[in-house]
Amino acid sequence: MQLIRDFFNLLNDALLKMTWLDALVKWFFGDIIGISEESLAYSSLTFFVYDVIKIFILLGVLIFISSYIQSYFSPEKTRRLLKGKSGIGANTLGALLGTVTPFCSCSSIPIFIGFTKAGLPVGVTFSFLISSPLVDLASILLLASIFNWKIALAYVIVGLVIAIIGGSIISFFKMDDQVADFIKEERKKQSNQDLNEYVMTKKERIQYAFEQVKEIFNRVWIYILIGVGIGAFIHGFIPQEFVLTVLGDNNPFSVLIATLVGVPMYADIFGTLPIAEALILKGVGIGTVLAFMMAVTALSLPSLIMIKKVIKPRLFFLFTGIVITGIIMMGYVFNLISYLFT
Amino acid sequence: MEIKVLGSGCSNCKRLYEYAKQAVDELSIEANVIYVTDMVEIAKANLLRTPGLMVDAKVVSYGRVPSVDEIKELIKQA
Repeated sequence: MQLIRDFFNLLNDALLKMTWLDALVKWFFGDIIGISEESLAYSSLTFFVYDVIKIFILLGVLIFISSYIQSYFSPEKTRRLLKGKSGIGANTLGALLGTVTPFCSCSSIPIFIGFTKAGLPVGVTFSFLISSPLVDLASILLLASIFNWKIALAYVIVGLVIAIIGGSIISFFKMDDQVADFIKEERKKQSNQDLNEYVMTKKERIQYAFEQVKEIFNRVWIYILIGVGIGAFIHGFIPQEFVLTVLGDNNPFSVLIATLVGVPMYADIFGTLPIAEALILKGVGIGTVLAFMMAVTALSLPSLIMIKKVIKPRLFFLFTGIVITGIIMMGYVFNLISYLFT
Repeated sequence: MEIKVLGSGCSNCKRLYEYAKQAVDELSIEANVIYVTDMVEIAKANLLRTPGLMVDAKVVSYGRVPSVDEIKELIKQA
C-alpha cells in the first residue's frame, strides 16, 4: 500500500505540482543569477517565473484533454437532453451538463435565449449557466495541482450544489415570466427546428482540441500574466500581517470582502489561481480564497450587463443574490472545516 | 445576395466578419456583408452559439470561425 501511495505522490508532485520546476527556477535565480535568497525580489521573481511556466504548461495540456472530451457535447445536445424535464432532477442534470458543455461567456446569452425558447424552465437554464463558468474539467485538475485533490473535489461539489440549489430556488419562485419580452414572443411561435448539427470525425476532434488550446491561450494569457503579477506582488511585497488583518480568519468580514471584491472582476480560473495561491501562502483561510475564486469566475461586470438585457430585474436580483449568498455561505463553512483539507 | 454575421461582439465574431468580407472580395460577387449584434435577430435565427454565418437568411455555420476558403464554399453552395 505504502509503495502505491508513494508512487502516486511522486506522480502528483512531478506532473501536477511540478516540484522540479520550482527547484529549477530557484536554482536559476539563486545560484546562476546570484540573487540573495533573503531578498523580497527573490521570492517575487521565483514565484512569478515558476507560476507562469507551470500555468502555461497545465493550461495547454488540460485544455487539450478537456476540449477533446467536450467535443462530444454541445449546447444543442444539452438542450435536447434537458427538454421536457423539470424538478430538482432537471436542475441537477443541467448543472452536470454545464461542467462538460463547451462554453464561452460570449455565448451565454444565445444559450439563455435558445434554452428558454425551447420551453426549458428558467430555473434549469440557470443551473446550467451558473455551473458552466464555475466548474469545468480543466479547473478541477488545476485546483488539484495548485492545492490538493480534497480541495479540488470540495470546490466541484460546492460549485454544483450552488448551481442546483440556485436554479431550484429560481424555479420555486416561478420566474418563468421574468424574461425579456422578445424571448416570450419567440417562445409562442415555437419555431424551434434544430439546426443541422455537424458531427466531427476523430481527426477533427483532435484538431478542434488544438484550436481550443490556441484560442483560449490567445484570450487568457494576458489575464494569467496579470494574475501571476498580482500574486507575485502579494507574495513578495505585501506584509503578511496586512493580508491577515483584511482577509485572515480573525476578521469576521474576510469572506464577505473577498467575495465582493471578486464579483465585478472579469477573469477565468487560470487568472485567479496565482492570486489564490499567493493568498494561501500568506495564511488566508481556504474558504476565503475559494470564495474569491468563485466570485471572480461565476460573476463579472461584463456578463452581468449582458444578462441584464435578457431578463427582468426581479430575476436578475434573485440570480445575483443567490450566487453571492451561496458563495459567502460556502466560504464561512469552509473556513470552519478547513482542518479537513490540510 | 445578403450575408450576415451574427454575434454579440466577441473577438471571434469580429474575425468571422473580416473573413466573410474577404471571401466576398475574393469571389468578386455582389453581396452585402452585414454584422448583426441585435439580440432579437440572434434569437430568431435559433442560434445557441455565436458567431453565426447566414447566407440569404439561412444559417450555414455557427459556433465556430470557418476559414476564408470554407466560407467561399458555403457561399457557393447556398
